[in-house]
Amino acid sequence: MKRSSWTDYQKEIADDNYYYARSCIRQNFFPGSEKVFLDIVGRDLGRNIFDDPKHTSCTGIGYHSDVVPLETIMTVVARQFALMSEAGYENFTSSCITSFGIYTELLATWEEFPEMEERTREYLYKATGREFTKPKNLAHTSDVIFHHREEIARKAKRKLINTYTGEPLKVVEHIGCHYAKIFPKKGVGGSEFPYVLAGMVESWGGEIVDYPERRHCCGFGFRNYLVQANRGYSITNSHKKLESMAPYKPDFIVCNCPGCSMFLDKWQYTIAEMEGTTYGQNGAGIPVLTYEEMAGLVLGYDPWELGMQMHQVDVEPLLDKMGVEYDPTAKYLGKNGRFLGRPQKALVNSCIEEAIYKTSNRR
Amino acid sequence: MINFGFSINRARTIDLDRNNLRKSNEIIGEMPELQACIGCGSCTASCTAGNLTEFNFRKVHTLVRRGEYQGAYEEMNKCMLCGKCRLVCPRGINTRGIVMLIKRKLGDF
Amino acid sequence: MKHVIVIGGGVAGMQCASELLRQNIAVTIVEKQQCIGGKIRNWHKLFPSFTPADEVLAAMQQKLTTHNNLTIRTGCEATCITPQKVTLSSGEELRCDATVIATGFTLFDATVKEEYGYGIYDNVITSAELEQMFNEKNVHLKQGGEPKRIAILHCVGSRDEKVCQRHCSKVCCVTGVKQAIELKKMFPTADVFNFYMDMRMFGPGYEEMYREAQTSHNIHFVRGRISEVSPTFNNRLQIKAEDTLTGRPLKMGVDMLVLLVGMKANAHNTTLAKDCNLTLQPSGFMQPKDSFLGNVASNVEGVFYAGAITAPKNIGESINEGTAAARGVVEWLEKR
Repeated sequence: MKRSSWTDYQKEIADDNYYYARSCIRQNFFPGSEKVFLDIVGRDLGRNIFDDPKHTSCTGIGYHSDVVPLETIMTVVARQFALMSEAGYENFTSSCITSFGIYTELLATWEEFPEMEERTREYLYKATGREFTKPKNLAHTSDVIFHHREEIARKAKRKLINTYTGEPLKVVEHIGCHYAKIFPKKGVGGSEFPYVLAGMVESWGGEIVDYPERRHCCGFGFRNYLVQANRGYSITNSHKKLESMAPYKPDFIVCNCPGCSMFLDKWQYTIAEMEGTTYGQNGAGIPVLTYEEMAGLVLGYDPWELGMQMHQVDVEPLLDKMGVEYDPTAKYLGKNGRFLGRPQKALVNSCIEEAIYKTSNRR
Repeated sequence: MINFGFSINRARTIDLDRNNLRKSNEIIGEMPELQACIGCGSCTASCTAGNLTEFNFRKVHTLVRRGEYQGAYEEMNKCMLCGKCRLVCPRGINTRGIVMLIKRKLGDF
Repeated sequence: MKHVIVIGGGVAGMQCASELLRQNIAVTIVEKQQCIGGKIRNWHKLFPSFTPADEVLAAMQQKLTTHNNLTIRTGCEATCITPQKVTLSSGEELRCDATVIATGFTLFDATVKEEYGYGIYDNVITSAELEQMFNEKNVHLKQGGEPKRIAILHCVGSRDEKVCQRHCSKVCCVTGVKQAIELKKMFPTADVFNFYMDMRMFGPGYEEMYREAQTSHNIHFVRGRISEVSPTFNNRLQIKAEDTLTGRPLKMGVDMLVLLVGMKANAHNTTLAKDCNLTLQPSGFMQPKDSFLGNVASNVEGVFYAGAITAPKNIGESINEGTAAARGVVEWLEKR
């Protein structure tokens, strides 16, 4: 894609000293991703990052589902900022797109309506005795990886290249609505042609697929998902995207937002069980990665260390293509080495039962 | 197949790549004046049936032109052929003729 | 002999100059480009009569070539304009007895509307580029071949607060109809769709042409703005809009998308207004002294306007304003 406009949307991303805020969905469904993010930033890149056990959910899910009022979420966010200052940090980085959207939204709200900021200061002080300072720099964790993408490329152990054919892997990127659709200037590349993931993929040797429903929402939609009867809305949107991307035969999907990673992965299972449709080239699903996992694979991390066994759609076909060495028998072993049991067979996981792992005829 | 308690919804989108425009082209070919509609709504405003039912002549013939035929025949059956719409149409479209043409062409949908 | 400087050598400026020359007034045309003529040089045929643009241009140039009292300064811009003096960007100062500003407009830059993918997807083109293709008799898809389905989108950079263009550019609707007819004549089996918000057929013969497009050329008109453009697997462009007259979302693949780019006020107007004490409208176009009795006068005595410098106008209106401005200049010179 002749994507040139992204350079018009440059944002400042801090280079070091990050205060890390975790994501509810990511730490539950992709806990390995958050772990590896800390490892990449701390170990591989040698940057200082603080994972604070004191911080809480930003309550964004509740906010977007109309159960948490604005005043409450503002106070919770103010507390996170207070914790950041107390820990001696100025650069806030959040693992969740919705949290990132909320932090951005509230900072903008306080800018526009200083009286609301004053009220929040009052609430926070009354509730916790704390005072807060606004962060000097706010970035999503994908921004941080994007910022360091060339350094990661230099340290890369593997590229996003199909080792059987030598061709770049075809990657579908999905950005997540709350990253740049609320404040386009706060996202790398803006909202129409975001570059945050595309930049990583291009730097690491892959090729981005631009398909008709690229900009469409994954369908999570908070209240639409939370009420079972409404989940039809949610799955239909993922269905629409998957139908639209399938002809391009993507090797994997990489997501910015924890919710999107979860839905694009797990709705593939649901769609397959509902109507028998699968979208992968091997008759199973299309693997869905978080950008931390993608970065981790590039840097040579073990896939099970990255937590990729947590995925609904099996990632083995992708690992084989990339030439990743892994132990198939270690997939379902816990941290203590005990077998955790394996999931039931499903249409999207054709390679679970008898994994045929081709290691020969690789270039 | 598992029953999840919800299902994949059908899109409301008019998909011009999927719709078969053959009938629509035949209708426009026979009465090209239908394309002259400027969507003013005079027909529907003055419609005897439209004041009592959901019948909306303007909307139905626009959908037909986009290849959305389902239910058009039944809708057109609501027309009482009073001719008031033809009287008020600023583009001089033979609206009654259109009603009859759509019924003739789309009886199967 | 009196001397008047006309800034801008488009249709309004040329007409104004030729009228002044007829009154025995010496004229200097200051033109930014390398030759005079203005934007009409790039147009193919003019609505609603399909008159070739070069016929009109040639006739106007003809009126100028026979005069000895005319000086044409091309390749230079005016930075400061007063009734007595025009400063060029080179620093050179030209003395005069009155000035006419006829610097027209700027075409809206379609890359700003990122969602339409102009500059990213090959077959998204602007209406100006289509005119160029008509001129070269070479309308084709980037990858070669003829378009089977074409969409024309109205109001690109007009009536759009998101890009700070609140005003209506006025001529795009009729241009869209004209171009649709030309495309349909060129590719009779192709489907041509116009996506419009309102059809503003303000001029004589325009509405008639619109109707002809509908009934004689079977051009489709969908009331709704295209919201985004993406590529499809078979190398087409998928467009999404609402068919507002049926209240349903609509999508389709097209081979070519023509963006009817609007008329934007020149960025230069702002500095001009500040440096020369001229009044600007919120739209960025210059404010005429009075919208009824002083359309071609500015708030500064002796500085006149002609053409699209004050608002989007069609060719005929711009030419008429050239005449009116010349008349205004003559009256003003007589008073002094």
